[in-house]
Amino acid sequence: MQADPAKLAIEARDLRYSWPGKPLTIDIPRLDIARGERVFLKGPSGSGKSTLLGLLGGVLTPQSGSVRVLSTDLAPLSGAERDRFRGDNIGFIFQMFNLLPYLGVLENVLLPLQFSAARAARIPHGDQQAEARRLLAAIGLGSEDLLQRPVTELSIGQQQRVAAARALLGSPGIIVADEPTSALDHDSRENFLSLLMSECRAQGSTLLFVSHDTSLGHLFDRTLSLLDINQVRP
Amino acid sequence: MNTLGLAWRSLRNRRSTALLTISAIAISVALLLGVEKMRTAAREGFANTVSGVDLIVGARSGQLNLLLYSVFRVGDATANVSWDSYQKIARHPDVAWTIPISLGDSHRGFRVMGTNGNYFEHYRYAGDRRMSFAAGKPFEDLYDAVVGADVARQLGYQLGDPIVIAHGVGNVSFAKHEDKPFRIAGVLAKTGTPIDRTVHVSLEAITAIHLDWQSGARALPGAQISADEARQQDLTPESITAFMVGMESKVMTFTMQRAINDYRQEALMAIIPGVALSQLWNLVGIADTALMIVAAFVVLAGLLGMLTAILTSLNERRREMAILRSLGARPKHIFTLLITEAGILASAGVAAGVALTYAILFAAQPILERRFGIFLQPGGLTGYDAMILGGIIVAALLMGAYPAWRAYRHTLSDGLTIRV
Repeated sequence: MQADPAKLAIEARDLRYSWPGKPLTIDIPRLDIARGERVFLKGPSGSGKSTLLGLLGGVLTPQSGSVRVLSTDLAPLSGAERDRFRGDNIGFIFQMFNLLPYLGVLENVLLPLQFSAARAARIPHGDQQAEARRLLAAIGLGSEDLLQRPVTELSIGQQQRVAAARALLGSPGIIVADEPTSALDHDSRENFLSLLMSECRAQGSTLLFVSHDTSLGHLFDRTLSLLDINQVRP
Repeated sequence: MNTLGLAWRSLRNRRSTALLTISAIAISVALLLGVEKMRTAAREGFANTVSGVDLIVGARSGQLNLLLYSVFRVGDATANVSWDSYQKIARHPDVAWTIPISLGDSHRGFRVMGTNGNYFEHYRYAGDRRMSFAAGKPFEDLYDAVVGADVARQLGYQLGDPIVIAHGVGNVSFAKHEDKPFRIAGVLAKTGTPIDRTVHVSLEAITAIHLDWQSGARALPGAQISADEARQQDLTPESITAFMVGMESKVMTFTMQRAINDYRQEALMAIIPGVALSQLWNLVGIADTALMIVAAFVVLAGLLGMLTAILTSLNERRREMAILRSLGARPKHIFTLLITEAGILASAGVAAGVALTYAILFAAQPILERRFGIFLQPGGLTGYDAMILGGIIVAALLMGAYPAWRAYRHTLSDGLTIRV
């Protein structure tokens, strides 16, 4: 698929990375993901998924090659600038333990706004509380009773929904989900995923969904296999 | 929620460790502040012992020795001052008043001091405070005694009670002036100085009780002089132990001091109380400097405890740091978060330490005053105290930089995935 570079959410070229003192983990000649696209990236454990996400998120710096995210080249940015860029433009959902245990549900959802003025500025009418509640309700956590509970008392599924609402808050251009459903049972998985996808569609965010569970692939616009794009063999 | 709020919530989540850390800092701060308050009180107590006196004159010995026996009632004079010399100096035109002091006897462990009415009129302590009578008045009759507050309280004396003076200054004396009992004519109010532990009688009374004593022992029955017979005798003393001088003009103090030190007829020495007091303090002050150093090290130990607690928490908080980084937290945020944490712990510790200090001071004040005569004015925090406390917090923030740096390194090597 050839796309106009201006319409690319993620554009990686000749990307190579190895952890200090380790052999090459990532060697990706080319990876393009269009804006608004919902992509399923599959790959077995140890295939370099997390490393790739670190590179795309600007947490890791490639040894060679380039990464452009939303038309911004990450290479010339300083560490702090990459942090700011990530906070402004990418929402992350991890496999588990996404939440700060000492903050409430709403406080966890609102946390990214503390580090990103850009995301705060994108909140409709500037009403952060209302937007957080709206997202939580959209993703299946509408009950006021749940919002008042300490996050440590929520089920894993509920915690993942809180994490999803947090990733979506302030409409970042890209949502990166790293095995967010692996701790959920099959029914919750599909339900969680469809809610996440419809919310991504509603705010026009690109979704990069990483999982080893290929049964979910049919819900996405496109499925990529890390084994195909990464030339390093585990 | 800002960084301060985050640090606060994170600490609250680990409240048992945080409280222990704060307690350790609080106790060390209380110790440091307590020592500082005590030494200020002790120093002031020292300086407050005597004031308004320009010179103290005694037989030539050491400056400290003279100060100790004349003001603190500690130690003994090596020699006396003859009455003639005393009179000559007392009548000098530059001299406004003198207070004669005659020591050497005691009453149940308390020193007896012979003096005259000038003592009650001119002696000052703690700046410009003069003695006042809790009961009674200065001595009028030959066998009247005026006792200090501690003497009256410890021995349960009241006005009119008879007392017997013992010869010598030992705690237990077998040679007593039983034939010439005294009557308590006055009880002085508490001063917080050695006055409280002194029995005062007139110079004439000191002469009277020693009329029939020869070389430390009472004369044989035939040669004894009764209390009433003594009243008929000339009771002008031959010598006194020392005397205090008030000058007409302070300017003449040094001239007079030199003149007395150069006095030909007798080996005399004049000291300026303030100078001698500060010299004495320099000597005693070494002990409290040592105490202060110990307290400073305890504070350091408290802060190291804090450092340990924060460092230990870092490993279990790598996840927390990674979450914050994924949300766009920059290294400076992580850094500020941990420095703020150290700041909160230290500030809370210092605040609790100050509260603890004052609680202890208020509780201990009556005991200290009663038992040791130390007037502990809890007062406010002095600028120096504030400087010490501020210094502790700054030290904590500097120490906090180390875990902050460690956490920052973690976030770099961990990336967004948490390998725990």
